Amino acid sequence: MKYNIGIDIGSTCAKTIVLNETKEIIHRLLQPTGWSSVETAGAIREKLTELGVDWDNAAVVATGYGRISVPYADKCVTEITCHGRGACHIFGSDNLAVIDIGGQDTKLICVEDGMVKDFIMNDKCSAGTGKFLEIMANTLAVSPAQLCELAEKGGGVSISSMCTVFAESEVISLIGRGESKENIAFGVVDSIVKKVATQAGRLNLQDFKVCLTGGLCDFPYLRQRLEKTLNVPVDACPDARYAGAIGAALSAAAVRK
Amino acid sequence: MSQIKLPEDFVTYPEARKKAFMALKALKESGRRVVGTYCTYTPQELVDAADATPVSLCAIGEENIPPAEKVLPKNLCPLIKASFGGAVSDRCPFYYFSDMVLAETTCDGKKKMYEYLGKMKHTHVMQLPPGRTGEGALAFWKLEMEALRRDLENFYGITITDEKLRQAIKLRNRERKAILNYYEVGTLKPSPISGYELNTIITSNEYAFDIEKKIAFLEKRTAELIEKYHAECEGKPSRPRILISGCPTHGVIDKVIKRIEELGADVVGFENCCGPREKKDPVDETKDPITALAEKYLRVNCSVMSPNPGRLEALGEQIDDYKVDGVIEVVLMACHTYAIESSAVKEYVTKEKGIPFLSITTDYSTTDQGQIDTRLGAFIELLG
Ligand code: SF4
Ligand code: SF4
Repeated sequence: MKYNIGIDIGSTCAKTIVLNETKEIIHRLLQPTGWSSVETAGAIREKLTELGVDWDNAAVVATGYGRISVPYADKCVTEITCHGRGACHIFGSDNLAVIDIGGQDTKLICVEDGMVKDFIMNDKCSAGTGKFLEIMANTLAVSPAQLCELAEKGGGVSISSMCTVFAESEVISLIGRGESKENIAFGVVDSIVKKVATQAGRLNLQDFKVCLTGGLCDFPYLRQRLEKTLNVPVDACPDARYAGAIGAALSAAAVRK
Repeated sequence: MSQIKLPEDFVTYPEARKKAFMALKALKESGRRVVGTYCTYTPQELVDAADATPVSLCAIGEENIPPAEKVLPKNLCPLIKASFGGAVSDRCPFYYFSDMVLAETTCDGKKKMYEYLGKMKHTHVMQLPPGRTGEGALAFWKLEMEALRRDLENFYGITITDEKLRQAIKLRNRERKAILNYYEVGTLKPSPISGYELNTIITSNEYAFDIEKKIAFLEKRTAELIEKYHAECEGKPSRPRILISGCPTHGVIDKVIKRIEELGADVVGFENCCGPREKKDPVDETKDPITALAEKYLRVNCSVMSPNPGRLEALGEQIDDYKVDGVIEVVLMACHTYAIESSAVKEYVTKEKGIPFLSITTDYSTTDQGQIDTRLGAFIELLG
């Protein structure tokens, strides 16, 4: 059997996908990236060996911000290309707009006929990313998933700071003022959604089927809010957090050829 | 895929700058007048006619930012900060050796910075009209040319004759042609030269001090490259061909230009002030020299002008002539005029010219190299 391996080393999580010749997923791995991408890459290799991967018949493509730290990769491909490719595979369409809310950045990728046509990435700033959600959840002493659930029951609060650090102080003063957790959580999700929508305004989302990938894809409330704000249906599915790794594994199949 | 092409006698940008500095030192010791300049709007011919050498002052270098931020705000274009920082900290040797500085009221940041710069050394600031089509713009700009002429005359205690001006115009037109021909080596496909080298020779000041020598050098180099193209490159497959647009890029030459080529594409042309922007457009040699200079130096396609339609035309021409596969626009952080034009440029490149476009916003620090690499890498991947 041939193994097409995609490793997506993101800022918070490392995702690994192994596809067989017929592009079926045979293994999924998810682990925190930790402080060293190189060590994480080593751990992934060990784990894959345990799972019975035959390295003589394997092709490896690495992606994500830690892509250069995978010494055994045959090739590095950027996460933009991989997310585009992976999303097409998962959502069964060659024409997509992919919204990827990752740990440290948010990407919007337009794919036409299976090829990335245009993309936007947020700048050196964690506003509108998973990191933002995580920090705000910490401040409220809940998990990111809980924060999204709370947000559903809240309303009326908006957080004006675009900078995560300032937004955190804003949240702290809201807590001080006795604002309910639900309302603050609403404000946090609202801030992420608005930031993503502003970025999306630069692309013509109306022309595409829109899907959500990345670590936040299984927060239904976030997805609903995105749909409402962008005024388009937004698709998601559990494997969407592996979109980058799936795209990398598909690229690995191409490397072999 | 072809490898990055570096000639045997390849010099890096910092090396070229160092050579330029040594040459300037010798020139200065021989008693030559030196005028520091910053911008493409500078009428170099007037400086030449004063028997002075115009030199481009440093507007690059991360190390020049902190000294500037003692006075200037953080949230300002790095090119402006580095210009000021290089001058106040005496780190810019070109500034150090300049008798005076010649600048223009281009963008808001620059013109306000010049108010501070002017406290250290005689700085002549030409008032540039805000648009080239405005009624009275040309007449006003002509008066500014005359004012500069008088100031140079007073400063050096000389007379600038029309004859001298005419000679200077002729010489600079020849230089323009040589530079243009050199840049147009980039129209060959596949390109026989890296964009990094193409750019280094012109923007490093390396050959700035003897125009005749510079012309001869460029003509020789151009001929060699064309020969190299026929001998080694013609008929070979080409890597994706990139045109650079936007703000001046010599401050990010390693971070952006070099990286594009390392990541697998060829930078073949520059539609910015580090390229042949004004070189296609010579000064009229038949008119009264001041009128001809005023006309010429109002036609620079910079975003500080409103409106600035010439930029899109020039961009379109270059996309065709240089057989470009994708345009990468570099916007320096906090440069409003280029940042605002970006949407129109994207629209033009993707809709009218039908090729991919990427805009990146960056500064002179290296902290965002990872993010820049991902964007550049993804863009090159999509060009296939
Ligand atoms: S971009 Fe505009 S302001 Fe800057 S050097 Fe060029 S012409 Fe001058
Ligand atoms: S890059 Fe923009 S902000 Fe900076 S000096 Fe040039 S026009 Fe001004």
